[in-house]
Amino acid sequence: MAAADDAQFPPPKVLTYPASTPPTLITQGAEGRLYKTTHLTRDRPCALKYRPPKPYRHPVLDARLTKARLSSEAKVLERCWREGVPVPAVYAMDPAAGWMMMEWIEGIPVRVGINEWLGKRPEEGAEIPQVEDETPIVELMKRIGAAIGALHKTGVVHGDLTTSNMMLRPRGVDPVSGGTGNEGKTRSVEGDVVLIDFGLATQSMSDEDRAVDLYVLERAFASTHPRAERLFGTLLESYKSTFKKASSVLIKLEDVRMRGRKRSMLG
Amino acid sequence: MGLDIAQKKRRIALGCEGSANKLGIGVILHEGETSTVLSNVRHTFVSPPGTGFLPKDTAQHHRAFFVRVAKQALADAGIRIADIDCICYTRGPGMGGPLASVAVAARTLALLWGKELVGVNHCVGHIEMGRTITGADHPVVLYVSGGNTQVIAYAEQRYRIFGETLDIAVGNCLDRFARALNISNDPAPGYNIEVLARKGGRVLLDLPYAVKGMDCSFSGILTRAEELAAQMKVDGGKGPDGEPFTGADLCFSLQETVFAMLVEITERAMAHVGSNQVLIVGGVGCNERLQEMMGLMAADRGGSVYATDERFCIDNGIMIAHAGLLAYETGFRTPIEDSTCTQRFRTDEVLVKWRK
Repeated sequence: MAAADDAQFPPPKVLTYPASTPPTLITQGAEGRLYKTTHLTRDRPCALKYRPPKPYRHPVLDARLTKARLSSEAKVLERCWREGVPVPAVYAMDPAAGWMMMEWIEGIPVRVGINEWLGKRPEEGAEIPQVEDETPIVELMKRIGAAIGALHKTGVVHGDLTTSNMMLRPRGVDPVSGGTGNEGKTRSVEGDVVLIDFGLATQSMSDEDRAVDLYVLERAFASTHPRAERLFGTLLESYKSTFKKASSVLIKLEDVRMRGRKRSMLG
Repeated sequence: MGLDIAQKKRRIALGCEGSANKLGIGVILHEGETSTVLSNVRHTFVSPPGTGFLPKDTAQHHRAFFVRVAKQALADAGIRIADIDCICYTRGPGMGGPLASVAVAARTLALLWGKELVGVNHCVGHIEMGRTITGADHPVVLYVSGGNTQVIAYAEQRYRIFGETLDIAVGNCLDRFARALNISNDPAPGYNIEVLARKGGRVLLDLPYAVKGMDCSFSGILTRAEELAAQMKVDGGKGPDGEPFTGADLCFSLQETVFAMLVEITERAMAHVGSNQVLIVGGVGCNERLQEMMGLMAADRGGSVYATDERFCIDNGIMIAHAGLLAYETGFRTPIEDSTCTQRFRTDEVLVKWRK
């Protein structure tokens, strides 16, 4: 499959040098592609984000946008990393060529973890789950809230918060087997939350932008995990306890919810 | 055989459109699954260069021409009044005055001929006509005109808006820019910009680029383009290469920038809903450069672009007749006492009962 993808989407030049590890195409989004390869040494995995030129765009405009977007993404990541927000570290970049190398985050997306966990539970209505059963996912919601709180504290808004744009990095992975030895029922929601994909991130300190960030996540969460929607309050609680200015953001969130996307058309 | 014909019911609708500066009346025939355009007549109110069309004058134009256009539409269709099943009209969105003129006229026809009325959402009219003409089955729709800029996809009986402009419509941006350069409004300012832009392109002038996720904004771009136009009139302006630029260069740069934004948000919506078909509707949709750019993007994603020509892209009565008749066939009616019109009428407010 990887070979077929490579034929359809030629990788950037940096990945074609003989010294580099053969890349694997991980995803193909509207914006660009993500490859897995290595950085400097063959045992140091990395993610390479590549924004290919868009054939429909005027070359001058295309170069301007690619460069500006990659640079701003790297700047935001660098700032978060320095302040201790859980994000991948930036290893190297060439904004003019349209690529950036980042730390490879092991683990699964939070979306997959939550869905696996929900899948293991008995069907809704079958039995009222006990409080103990909920602990692992409640703890996960708290960790997500804390990560977003830390992010907003540094003056960055993500712009596209979804449970697909968060990874669950296993703690103390055994590098040989890849397992943690803890293969129990709760494993799918364990691990450290790492925020990824800062392609739409901006630097902002405004309550409005932060509230919209939370609102986007709330909407995405409700449509991706309808059965866990009621746990979103836990996330907001934890956000509030991590981030000092959270209370005014949460008041603004009420406004944003009321507005929704019901903009009426005029003119 | 006789049974076949009875099941294949023939229905005919007359549609009246006048939400902006075009007055359009058309007649459509539905026979089973097939739709036939029997007539499609349009008369446009054109304002002098440097000005836009005002609601009052436009409403006056529609009142003055309605009878003439309606008679022509009936004559072209070659039908009798008795053949018509229903009268469809644009309920909104659009300019209040012009909408009201056409709603009153449609109501008059319904009462005069004893027909039922169907109020139609203008945006849904564009989408349904585009789907029927091009045969696009389940596309992401880019609806771009003087009053609207939306990226739409169908899901569960509604046309859902995934992205839209946060301020003015892209067509409004182009129309108002045309005034800054005194470009003629005949046949349409956007068309004249397109023709002029083909002569430009030596340089790409730096304009703001405003995309936020699947939404976009055009007012800042318009302000900057107007500033550059004013500068050019004073001292010829200065392009990125230090040489003076022309009005054609400005038109070219404006088109390249705003169309790139539209293609980008459309691509994001396509990736989001997992579709590789894109349908362009609305007046700006007849721009060939926009169609070309969209085609390059769609080809990159292994898909294709569907677009129509000016007969169906630009506001017309036939699309109102078509969307109205689809609703009529599901039992939808607009009683005379409820036959209002409204400037605000979102695309996702309409229950699309005729699709699965």
